Amino acid sequence: MFDDFFQRALVAGVGVALVAGPLGCFIVWRRLAYFGDTLSHAALLGVALSFLLDINITLSVFAVCLAISILLMGLQRRGSLSSDALLGLLAHSALALGLVCLAFLSWVRIDLMGFLFGDILAVSVFDIAVIYAGGAAVLAVLAVIWRPLFAATVNRELAEAEGLNPDAANAVFMLLMATVIALSMKIVGVLLITALLIIPAAAARRLASGPEQMAVYAAFIGALAVIGGLFGSLRFDTPSGPSIVVAALVLFLLGMTPVGALLRRFTTPQGGGGGAR
Amino acid sequence: MTLAAAARAGAAAPPLVRLENAGLYRDGRWLVRGVDLTVARGEIVTLIGPNGSGKSTSAKMALGIERPDEGAAHRAPGLTVGYVPQKLAIDWTLPLTVDRLMRLTGPLPAGAAHEALERTGVAHLVGAEVRHLSGGEFQRALLARAIARKPDLLVLDEPVQGVDFSGESALYELISAIRAELGCGILLISHDLHVVMSATDHVICLNGHVCCTGAPSAVAGSAAYRQLFGGRANAALAVYEHRHDHVHLADGRVRHADGSITDHCHPGDGHHHHGHAHAEGATETDEAGHV
Repeated sequence: MFDDFFQRALVAGVGVALVAGPLGCFIVWRRLAYFGDTLSHAALLGVALSFLLDINITLSVFAVCLAISILLMGLQRRGSLSSDALLGLLAHSALALGLVCLAFLSWVRIDLMGFLFGDILAVSVFDIAVIYAGGAAVLAVLAVIWRPLFAATVNRELAEAEGLNPDAANAVFMLLMATVIALSMKIVGVLLITALLIIPAAAARRLASGPEQMAVYAAFIGALAVIGGLFGSLRFDTPSGPSIVVAALVLFLLGMTPVGALLRRFTTPQGGGGGAR
Repeated sequence: MTLAAAARAGAAAPPLVRLENAGLYRDGRWLVRGVDLTVARGEIVTLIGPNGSGKSTSAKMALGIERPDEGAAHRAPGLTVGYVPQKLAIDWTLPLTVDRLMRLTGPLPAGAAHEALERTGVAHLVGAEVRHLSGGEFQRALLARAIARKPDLLVLDEPVQGVDFSGESALYELISAIRAELGCGILLISHDLHVVMSATDHVICLNGHVCCTGAPSAVAGSAAYRQLFGGRANAALAVYEHRHDHVHLADGRVRHADGSITDHCHPGDGHHHHGHAHAEGATETDEAGHV
C-alpha cells in the first residue's frame, strides 16, 4: 500500500519531530520564535552555498545557521539595534541572499518549492541515517545540558550565582538549534521549521505539569503531527510540510477542547514536576 | 555556640567572599563604587540603603554574576551558593511546580526539599504550580530552595518582600537559625532599616558608595544586652538612622553639607560625620548609649 518513499518520509519525519519537540519547548519558554525563524530562513542561503561549493546540503545549512547565531550574538553585544530588528535584518537578508544566489546558479535545476515547503520525495536512506544519528546526538547533548539550560531559562543570574554555566549552556543550545534546522529542512521546508518547533510544544504546555514532561509530550505530539500530516498529504495530494503543520495545528486546537481537559486529568496526578535527573 | 561566638569563630576563618573597592560602570555611570565587604563563615552581613543605591549590584559582584569594572571580587573556591534574587519572573509557558523549582540548580537528597519547605511554612504547596503562588508564598518557596542546598554562602536579596509582617520576623528568625545550623555566611539585602534583624553582625549602608559600616552585634548580640533590653534589641539598628551630610542630585552629582557640588562622592571623601562611631567592634557603652 505504501510506496517506499512514503515510508522513508514517515520514518524521517518522526525522527525530526522527536528532536524538535524538546528543543521547541525551550524556544517557547525563552520566547525565541523569531530566532528560530531567522535560522530557518538562513537555511536557504545554506542550500545555495551547498550547490555553489558542491558540499552536502545538511552540512552547509548547519554551517550557515551556526554562523548566523554567532553573528547575532556578536551584533547583540554591540547593542546598536534591538534584538528583533537584528533578527529581522539577518532573517530576510539571509533569505534574499539565498534566493539571489540560487538565481545565479542557472546551471543547476533545483526545486525551490521543495526547499521552501519540504519534499518527501527528496528523503533518502542516507538522509534518514543522518537524521537519526544527528537527532540522537542532539537529544544526548540536550540531556547533558538540561539542568543548566533550564535553570538559565528560569533565571540566568540565579543559575550563574549557584555555579552553573548558563553562557556555555546557551552557546550549546544555539549549536543544537542549528543542527535541528539542518535536519528538519527537507521534511517541512525552511518556511515552516519554526512551526514544527513551536506548535507541538505549545500544545504540550496545556497537558504538562513539569518541564521534562512537557518536552516528552511535545516530542510525541510532533510525531503524531508528522504521521497525520504525511497521510493527509498522500491522501489529498498536498505539499508535505504545510500538511504536517496543519496536522500540528489540529492537535493544538484539540488540546483546547474538552478532549484536552480529559487528557490533562489523566496526565497531571502523577505530575509533580517530573522530577530531576 | 552562641551567635556571637559563631561570628567570632567566623571572623578568624578566611572569608567566603570578599569585595575590594569594587565598582560597576554601566551606560556611562557608576552603579556603585568603592565597595569593600567580606562575608565569613557564620557571619551575617546586611546591606541597607535606598532604592538604586547599589545593594543588588554589590551582591551580584560578590556572586560573580557581574564582574567589577574597578577593584576586585574574590570567592573561596568550591563554594556552594544559595541565592534568592530580588526579581524572579516565571513565564506562564513554563510548567514549573514548587517541587521542581527546589531542584532547579542541582539535585537534592531525599527529604531535603520537604524539610526546607516545612521550615519556611509552605510544605503544603509542594505540588502547586509556581505561577499560582502569591508573592509571599513564592518568596518562602525561593528561600526554601536556597536553604535546601545547604549552602556555604547564602545571598538573600530582599528575601521577605510580599510576606506579611508577622511572617517577616519569623523568616528572619529562621535565617538566623539557618546560619547557626549550617555555619554558612549570609549576605542579606534590605531597603528597610527596621526589618533588619538584631542578629546582623555587620551592616553596610550603601548609597552608590559605602556611606558607613559597622557592627551592631557587638552590642545586640551580647547576652547581657538582650537580657537588659529584651525585644528592644531590634532597636539596635536605630543606631543606623543617621543624617547623611550630602545629597545625591538627579544628574548624578553630589551636593555636600557645605553647599559644594562634586561629580562623585567617595568613601575616602571624608565628608561625613556621624553623631556616633561606626568602628567595627564598637564598645558596649559606646553604642548602647544611643539606645
